[in-house]
Amino acid sequence: MFITPKPTLLWLQAITCNGNTHSFLNHPDLFSILSHFEIVHHPSLESSYTMEDVINGEVPCDVLILEGSFIDEGFLKAGVEVSSLIHTYATKAKHIISAGTCATFGGIFKQKDPENISGFCFDLEEKTSRYDTYASKLISLPGCPMHPKWMSYVLLMLAANKKIAIDNLHRPVELYGYTVHTGCTRNEYFEWKIDTKNYGLKEGCLFYEQGCQGPYTRGSCNKILWNDISSKTRAGTPCFGCTEPTFPKASLFHTQTNMGIPAKMPLGVPRRAYLTLTGVVKSFKIKRFTTRLLEYDE
Amino acid sequence: MKIAEKKALKRESIIQTALQLFSTNGFHKTTIPDIATKLQMSVGNLYNYFSSKDILAQEIIKYTSEALGEKIRVVNMMDVSAEEKIHKIVTVYFTMAQDKPEMIEYFLRVYLSNREVFKDGCDGMVCVSGFITEIMIFFDDSVSSGELRNQDFFSAFGLFMGYLGGMVFLKGEEVLPKGIEFYIDDISRNIYNALKA
Repeated sequence: MFITPKPTLLWLQAITCNGNTHSFLNHPDLFSILSHFEIVHHPSLESSYTMEDVINGEVPCDVLILEGSFIDEGFLKAGVEVSSLIHTYATKAKHIISAGTCATFGGIFKQKDPENISGFCFDLEEKTSRYDTYASKLISLPGCPMHPKWMSYVLLMLAANKKIAIDNLHRPVELYGYTVHTGCTRNEYFEWKIDTKNYGLKEGCLFYEQGCQGPYTRGSCNKILWNDISSKTRAGTPCFGCTEPTFPKASLFHTQTNMGIPAKMPLGVPRRAYLTLTGVVKSFKIKRFTTRLLEYDE
Repeated sequence: MKIAEKKALKRESIIQTALQLFSTNGFHKTTIPDIATKLQMSVGNLYNYFSSKDILAQEIIKYTSEALGEKIRVVNMMDVSAEEKIHKIVTVYFTMAQDKPEMIEYFLRVYLSNREVFKDGCDGMVCVSGFITEIMIFFDDSVSSGELRNQDFFSAFGLFMGYLGGMVFLKGEEVLPKGIEFYIDDISRNIYNALKA
């Protein structure tokens, strides 16, 4: 009787805050998911090989998870350029998962040196010189951080040898085919163009004044909830667009408007169509949407 | 010609005739038999197209709003400065007031003066959205390009359209000493100076 060896999994970090590592550690079924793999190295979990083994290039690698922004030269671990380590294992790997917006598009750390720091295969939305070499095995999981269940979806699909449908930026369509707006509990307020009066309130939409980017940000934060409970917009904080190549933007708590008209339209919605609806909808006052959902005692 | 096309043409001719009569004689002094007589059709047949005078009035405001909106849309599509667009929009508005005065007169003397007719079905901006949408797009484009100052929509809209409506109202009252086209340049400049960044 033969036992099929588990695929080996290597988690490598480049320029990172560890946010995606921590996010994934929050997965309620973490060890069940990881039981499908042999963890050869992970920054926070017990693993079969040391960092020294990794640096020596001796570690097997079927699935490579990359975390953090990429730079060709100048970011070293134990005296070795991390970029060369990444190339070594990216060549060996059957699958490469870029975990988080930094590894995917450049993200927050790109701000430090926009000329030289990028994602591994994308620099914002542009393909890097590495793209052609690794594109066939690349899966992008942008997010700051990525949702732990986005990672588990990909890992379990790989473990089961299932094909993952991806878009032009290599994001799984099951996870990024939606906008963050999909499933937002404030959608009625969005439809009737009623803005919220403050952060943290249950009532009102955050798109019109508070800077919410949910209607034009790809992600399933309001479908696959954070901690199985909530999301930014459900809790009353605007979506910051953290999965997008353009993340981070400035003025995250403020909607840029031109004479009261949002400067950026919901994804794929023509401006003329949006404004026609707006003009019509704003003509009505629906009492239910102007009152509190709950009246709290003083 | 197909029956549907014939009906569409008839519908439009009813709207145009009613528009003339409402604008000239006033909404309340114009009756459905007056409109039917002018069209040489029976009152009963006219009701096949519009079930009430109020509904006909609402369809007319949508019709005029769409007609004006289409002309402003053409201006919005042009690759010219905001200052030039203002001049063109003023020209469009005043030319319409000159050539088809009933279109603007209807808005000023029927739509704005008989709100009870429009309150069910034409709430707020519902029936004038064809026109309002194009003005929104003009403002949005002009603020994005840095040519106009960012401000509340209605403060800019009131300045622009209130000014134009007021001038056409004065024309209708025959108190303007000169033809309305005489004022296009100055008014365009005034609006641009008031709204520019």
